[in-house]
Amino acid sequence: MATRKSTAKPNVSKDELLHFYREMLLIRRFEEKAGQLYGMGLIGGFCHLYIGQEAVVVGLEAAADEGDKRVTSYRDHGHMLASGMDPKGVMAELTGREGGYSKGKGGSMHMFSREKHFYGGHGIVAAQVPIGAGLAFADKYLGNDRVTFTYFGDGAANQGQVAETYNMAELWDLPVVFVIENNQYAMGTSVKRATKSPDFWERGAAYGIEGEAVDGMDVLAVKAAGEKAVAHCRAGKGPYILEVMTYRYRGHSMSDPAKYRTRDEVQKMREERDAIEHVRQLLLTGKHATEDELKGVDKQIKDIVNEAAEFAKESPEPDVGELWTDIYAEAIPQGEAI
Amino acid sequence: MATEVLMPALSPTMEEGTLAKWLVREGDTVSSGDILAEIETDKATMEFEAVDEGIVGKILISEGTEGVKVNTPIAILVEEGEDAADAEVDTAQSQQPVPKEKRQNSEDQSASGMAHPAPASPGAARDLSPDWPADAEMKTMTVREALRDAMAEEMRSDENVFIMGEEVAEYQGAYKITQGLLDEFGARRVIDTPITEHGFAGLGVGAAFGGLRPIVEFMTFNFAMQAMDQIVNSAAKTLYMSGGQMGCPIVFRGPNGAAARVGAQHSQDYAAWYSQIPGLKVAMPYSAADAKGLLKSAIRDPNPVIFLENEILYGRSFDVPQVDDLTVPFGKARIWREGSDVTLVSFGIGMTYALEAAEALAKDGIEAEVIDLRTLRPMDTATVIESVKKTNRCVTVEEGFPQGSVGNYISSVLMQEAFDWLDAPVINCAGKDVPMPYAANLEKLALVTAKEVIEAAHAVTYR
Repeated sequence: MATRKSTAKPNVSKDELLHFYREMLLIRRFEEKAGQLYGMGLIGGFCHLYIGQEAVVVGLEAAADEGDKRVTSYRDHGHMLASGMDPKGVMAELTGREGGYSKGKGGSMHMFSREKHFYGGHGIVAAQVPIGAGLAFADKYLGNDRVTFTYFGDGAANQGQVAETYNMAELWDLPVVFVIENNQYAMGTSVKRATKSPDFWERGAAYGIEGEAVDGMDVLAVKAAGEKAVAHCRAGKGPYILEVMTYRYRGHSMSDPAKYRTRDEVQKMREERDAIEHVRQLLLTGKHATEDELKGVDKQIKDIVNEAAEFAKESPEPDVGELWTDIYAEAIPQGEAI
Repeated sequence: MATEVLMPALSPTMEEGTLAKWLVREGDTVSSGDILAEIETDKATMEFEAVDEGIVGKILISEGTEGVKVNTPIAILVEEGEDAADAEVDTAQSQQPVPKEKRQNSEDQSASGMAHPAPASPGAARDLSPDWPADAEMKTMTVREALRDAMAEEMRSDENVFIMGEEVAEYQGAYKITQGLLDEFGARRVIDTPITEHGFAGLGVGAAFGGLRPIVEFMTFNFAMQAMDQIVNSAAKTLYMSGGQMGCPIVFRGPNGAAARVGAQHSQDYAAWYSQIPGLKVAMPYSAADAKGLLKSAIRDPNPVIFLENEILYGRSFDVPQVDDLTVPFGKARIWREGSDVTLVSFGIGMTYALEAAEALAKDGIEAEVIDLRTLRPMDTATVIESVKKTNRCVTVEEGFPQGSVGNYISSVLMQEAFDWLDAPVINCAGKDVPMPYAANLEKLALVTAKEVIEAAHAVTYR
């Protein structure tokens, strides 16, 4: 990845920078806490942390309007927090408790929020890609001018259903932004061991889809690219691909020993390219905030995360009767489209 | 305030591990993300990172120690100026093991949980009402026309219903089920797709999440194998995984089972496969009236429905009642013929063999009761049980493979619910346990036949 470009971005306000700092820090602290709770046995199964990739979803959320939809894979905690979902409900789902977004029945990989237009949380690699196009199809059918952000990783980008979806999305001019979060490893397989066509965004050209690669460690660059992509979709020009170059600091899941990359590689990214540190420096050098003020933000975030963890520990396990609910609906839960 | 660092669980199954190596020493300052130690699990050696900032005050478990239980304190982090020896440990911040009673909560109560009936379980109240008024005017029509009318009626009444699939629009349907729909509803609602089953099945699921009511036609259900993940993992399970927040009102429909002379890859009956999945509803009609009434119900259903048609039945004609808004409820079998000597249970094209057999058996003086299940999930086992309590014998008929068949399930239900009424073992007549051959003579042998049903009925009635 190229070294960081000039950090001078004159048109960024203090409020926006502080918002980015706060949102990204919330995700990082939340994920660190989730890792901790996993280590304590409070979170079970698979748990995929988003640490390192925070600028991707925070930058793109800044480009979204009310009513825009988002759908992603199983590495989904960051997307949920950035879409405004309650950290308490997310953490309680991780611990499998009644207070979780899915009443404890979904877990880390399967959460949804109708209110925040978050359509999951999908556990099968790339399954969310045609689903995202389908959400966009519904919006186009209903003529409501909304855009769907469909997130997937560099691993999913090699799945056949992604190619199938590109073809249909462009054929029908669907308002969908395909966001490829290229964190450079599909579980333990580096991009270069998985494909000889490593510039994933360029694959859209085969279907007539425009796109570009973006520095995913720079939240301002991500937001700017997101705005461009969204404008493309809203103008009725069909889908757009953003390949966001990012990096995950932790293993694929909690049980990943991460022997496929060196400690130095991870450390170098953390020290030189960290997205949160980037915004922190912009705030300090631009004299938008003092060290003390940022410490205050850190404290607020820590409190939110601790509160979420406490809630997630205290919330009871779901009632045993929940075993037999939500298998069939009596009416469509999300309501009929009008 | 000091913080205990506990032995972490580094995999879903880890209970203990070896503290292989410390990468920090007492007195070192650590910050979040720094690697503290290497820990060997049963699967791998993992690096263990710090979550909190602080100074390593004391190492409690020395490196090389084996069998360290998860959640054992392995070190103490202190703040600047604190001494580990007299530091007060903040138990609220430290990593407490899960209280045992909380972990075992669900196990303790599982017995009562398991007693809850499954959605389509036996014992459900039987619906004995007629599907339409006895004096309804009847019109002869084919299954093909009935299916088309059902979709057209539902598309007229609900703007959010649309159909997509291969050749459904301009070609008027590979089997002409969508004939005329493009002309009436236009290209916005009758959509030709590329040949991309996995993709358009998933796209349909997304459209259903987004508030529409898609009908997805598979040219045949053989090709839906490519879309199985989206049908099962996305459509069927999301309501449950979302705690009831997100439903998937979608119909996947198309011809299922053997046609004629199309070989192994185009001749499979998936009834038993789909009927196994909680979250799906499954219909497999035989008559034109049921095809129409069930498809209209399926399109209105808030759940994903698998609607299994049959190419050979498409051209068959039946009487269809001319009533406004003909619907047939799911989970309600139809008794085609009453009898007291043996119960024949079937569905879909299997009904042709069952009814033919019943005719022949009547000539031999054996009165068969013939039940058409119509829907396999929910399944009206109550009607089957009631019938067997009268006839004391049962033969099931289907074209699908014999192992793990619908008939196998019915046999098991009868053993559990009507064992004392059975005077003979239940016999399952099914397709043979072979891929469908192409040669005409072999294909005939591979399919279930009326003759086999007749023989089975004689066997269970001992005459």
